[in-house]
Amino acid sequence: MGVKIINEKCVGCGMCVKACPVGAISMVDKKAVIDYDKCTSCGACVAKCKFKAIESDAVAAEAPKKDLSAYKGVWVFAEQREGVVMPTTFELLGEGRKLADSLGEELSAIILGDKVEGLAADLFAYGADNVIVAEDALLGTYTTDAYTTVLDQVINDMKPAIVLIGATNIGRDLGPRIAARLNTGLTADCTKLEIDPERRIILQTRPAFGGNLMATIITPNHRPQMSTVRPGVMQKMARDDSRTGKIVKANFTIKADDIRTVVEETVKAMKQTVNLVEAEVIVAGGRGVGKAEGFKLLEEVANELGGVVGSSRACVDAGWISADHQVGQTGKTVRPKLYIACGISGAIQHLAGMTNSGCIVAINKSADAPIMKVADYAIVGDLYKVLPALLDELKK
Amino acid sequence: MNIIVCVKQVPDTAEVRIDPVKKTLIRDGVPSIINPDDKNALEAALKIKDADKDVKITVVCMGPPPAEVALREALAMGADEAYLVSGREYGGSDTWATSNIISEAIKYIGNYDIVFCGRQAIDGDTAQVGPQIAERLDLPQITYVQDIKMDGDKITVQRALEDGYQVISVKTPCLLTCIKELNEPRYASIPGIYTAYQKEVKVLSQNELNIPADRIGLTSSPTNVHDTFTAETKGAGVVLTGSEKEVSVALVENLKAKHVI
Amino acid sequence: MDFNLTKQQEMVRTTVRAFATDIVAPKAAEVDANDRFPVETVELMAKYGMLGIPFPTEYEGAGGDTLSYIITVEELSRACATTGVIVSAHTSLCINPIYQFGTPEQKAKYLPDLCAGRKLGAFGLTEPNAGTDAAGQQTVAELVDGKWILNGSKVFITNGGYADVFVVFAMTDKSKGVKGITAFIVEKEFKGFSIGKTEHKLGIRGSSTTELIFENCEVPAENLLGTVGKGFSIAMQTLDGGRIGIAAQALGIAQGAFDEAIKYSKERKQFGKPISKNQGLQWMMADMKVRLEAARHLVYHAACLKDEKKPFGTEAAMAKLYAAEAAMYITEKAVQIHGGYGYTREYPVERMMRDAKITEIYEGTSEVQRMVIAGSILK
Repeated sequence: MGVKIINEKCVGCGMCVKACPVGAISMVDKKAVIDYDKCTSCGACVAKCKFKAIESDAVAAEAPKKDLSAYKGVWVFAEQREGVVMPTTFELLGEGRKLADSLGEELSAIILGDKVEGLAADLFAYGADNVIVAEDALLGTYTTDAYTTVLDQVINDMKPAIVLIGATNIGRDLGPRIAARLNTGLTADCTKLEIDPERRIILQTRPAFGGNLMATIITPNHRPQMSTVRPGVMQKMARDDSRTGKIVKANFTIKADDIRTVVEETVKAMKQTVNLVEAEVIVAGGRGVGKAEGFKLLEEVANELGGVVGSSRACVDAGWISADHQVGQTGKTVRPKLYIACGISGAIQHLAGMTNSGCIVAINKSADAPIMKVADYAIVGDLYKVLPALLDELKK
Repeated sequence: MNIIVCVKQVPDTAEVRIDPVKKTLIRDGVPSIINPDDKNALEAALKIKDADKDVKITVVCMGPPPAEVALREALAMGADEAYLVSGREYGGSDTWATSNIISEAIKYIGNYDIVFCGRQAIDGDTAQVGPQIAERLDLPQITYVQDIKMDGDKITVQRALEDGYQVISVKTPCLLTCIKELNEPRYASIPGIYTAYQKEVKVLSQNELNIPADRIGLTSSPTNVHDTFTAETKGAGVVLTGSEKEVSVALVENLKAKHVI
Repeated sequence: MDFNLTKQQEMVRTTVRAFATDIVAPKAAEVDANDRFPVETVELMAKYGMLGIPFPTEYEGAGGDTLSYIITVEELSRACATTGVIVSAHTSLCINPIYQFGTPEQKAKYLPDLCAGRKLGAFGLTEPNAGTDAAGQQTVAELVDGKWILNGSKVFITNGGYADVFVVFAMTDKSKGVKGITAFIVEKEFKGFSIGKTEHKLGIRGSSTTELIFENCEVPAENLLGTVGKGFSIAMQTLDGGRIGIAAQALGIAQGAFDEAIKYSKERKQFGKPISKNQGLQWMMADMKVRLEAARHLVYHAACLKDEKKPFGTEAAMAKLYAAEAAMYITEKAVQIHGGYGYTREYPVERMMRDAKITEIYEGTSEVQRMVIAGSILK
């Protein structure tokens, strides 16, 4: 069961040792040896071995049970809340467009809701060839039961090859439930998608182990191939209102008894939530800020640039700033045009959340801080001296 | 009332570092812990038990034999019973196969009103197993739970959204996935540690669960790992030097030149 | 002798370490700066069963062993020596003598509240003129109308201002010297009992160190602990056990300072490289590590002997002597490694150095430990 080394083929290159996410492989006398107490049979080593010296049951996986060729096209789940399409949907359409083009297939958006056909124009403008509309009074507000019931019917009916869902709080509720009902694979919170041109399957890359490791996941023998995609990572196309497409009415049935939860009300958080994900400029503070009051200075700079204040986990833990400002693995992933890191050393967990920013400025007392290595502009200095000077300069 | 809490033992990813030369994960000395969100799930169950002594809490953990420690800790925190779901046949399971296995274990244990899970595990961050267990058990699910109010067989929760929350009610039986905003998990108590080791951790393997081979393990999992690599960081940029005023002037010039501001 | 900790002991360590890191450490500097007894931490420790670890569950103890208790004091002290000594004085010096020498009625009356942490305990032996020479007790107790009447005062009493129950020693027959000392259980509400002045100290500043004043203090006859004239023996046996607790406190302080020093030496760069790259510092750190581990072995060994119900008095004295001196050595080196920053309150090592000093003094000075050790060699 699981994974085994073919000793005759193993050349002792050590690639599998690096690939193993659980540290189960070691080199003994220049041959790979698997510690089966640690091995989870994940198969990461099999993919990495250039010498076909590792065999796994997965490689010899049985032929697909259903006719995969019947599944065609790329779908984007167009998430709407209160009749407004979520921005992530447009990012997904931008990415979906690329995937569909490299497959030579169509890109469709599927939208569920109550009287949402009017939103189709937005979806066409951002790249959809088709918009599949499922309208019902029971679909007005998202419920897991209703959306799963309807999507299950429509996917089985129309058979897309790929379904992309935004990894929002709702997408990550719906995605796993519908994937389980369809008995197909789902890859969570992807940060990179591409098509393997030979096998015509989607390669889904996502962070694991707290962002320390990236894994590329495939769903070779099940359809549709499903991904939830991290908001803020993919790029939307420029809006083009001249684009049009085909509106398709979905076939489904839904009744009130199918829905076992009751959404009593939706409350916008009373506190001013910080929309880090959509901000174009973020001025973020780390341990070097040293105190809660220090964030006032960062806020002044952010205001001057039309941006918002972010923070590292250390400041949230210290109680200097609320958790909705946190950027990083356990906070938000952001990709603003400009990210100014003030007194942030740049622990890997923080870098995971902001390395994709367009331009990174780092202000830190230590020239050797990891943040300086990812910065486009590094300034070695005391943020309490640099920021006031910068503020003066910006005000000119 | 019977509550089942699903927990996972995970490496403490906050302690994982990258070897700067070999670009591999340094795993030596990384402690194994109960997944943080799962501790919030357990705390939610314990709070219900604090208010009603007739509540019985059963913890379920799928993993290799050393994961028993996570169950002992859950018992030390106040859970009543513990099951370790373990078997070589289960190795390499993706979330689809994992949820098949855990849901069979829950059916085997039987008799549950609420199944609590953490939202996601810090080693995989998928947030998929909870909803997929709910699907297999045909239970209504509410994810991202940040507040719980109990009223007989009706549960009213706050479900976190990016910009607020929904108030959702559901009747038991149901499955809830918990986030850290829900509560502050208690520590194991010292007396609890001693009683935890007097209890039995029951092991459920294929002998007990007898799940069809095409629903478990690496072979049957729809998703496969194609490749893994350590995250790369960007190359070195420009170091601006000079007085605070000089670097500010240079920075603003550069940012304007590149149309960043 | 085997220090492969049991699974229970391992979990006690990880649990207390998490508690100490999350709850105790963030307050340590403030508790020190304000001479503040951390009441809220004591309440939490009670909730988690940390205040009666080595006692049976029938008395609401944790049903644990001495080594688990020692590990708890060590881990707490690693974050905050004040918190460590609160637990040590309560457990070793108050609960332990009642558990060991109390009547069934006394145990039933006092142990559950103490073990569960509903009440806090203290120990009153030292007097202004009877410190190391404990036999020179001047507090007297007289039996009058079926009650013991105590007169005198005690000084330097740990937990004094916050304790509910005190194990107190007084002379019942001056003519008999040490054989004239008797132990009593005194409640803070007893008539004629009061708390005197609170000391301001070099270290363990959050710990409450006070005078106890007895002015015709009325103690019921049934609160006599052990038998008349057995007080000195009870005190000495209690201190034998207490020394393991203080040794564990010293060990924790040393470990905390060592960890800070290693961390800082890797972060701090001088001459273009981390200071940990300098051999001068490396040798210093090696010496610190050896003392730390030697201390740990002595402390755990003494705890294991106590758990095995073997004689442990000399080993406890050696553990306390060595761990206290190691704590002083290691904290001082940790300050040195931190340089100027180490001398400031920006970093915790200066507090740890101040905290370490008391471990060479209380529950028997290092000189007394040497007397005990020498006595056992030459007997």
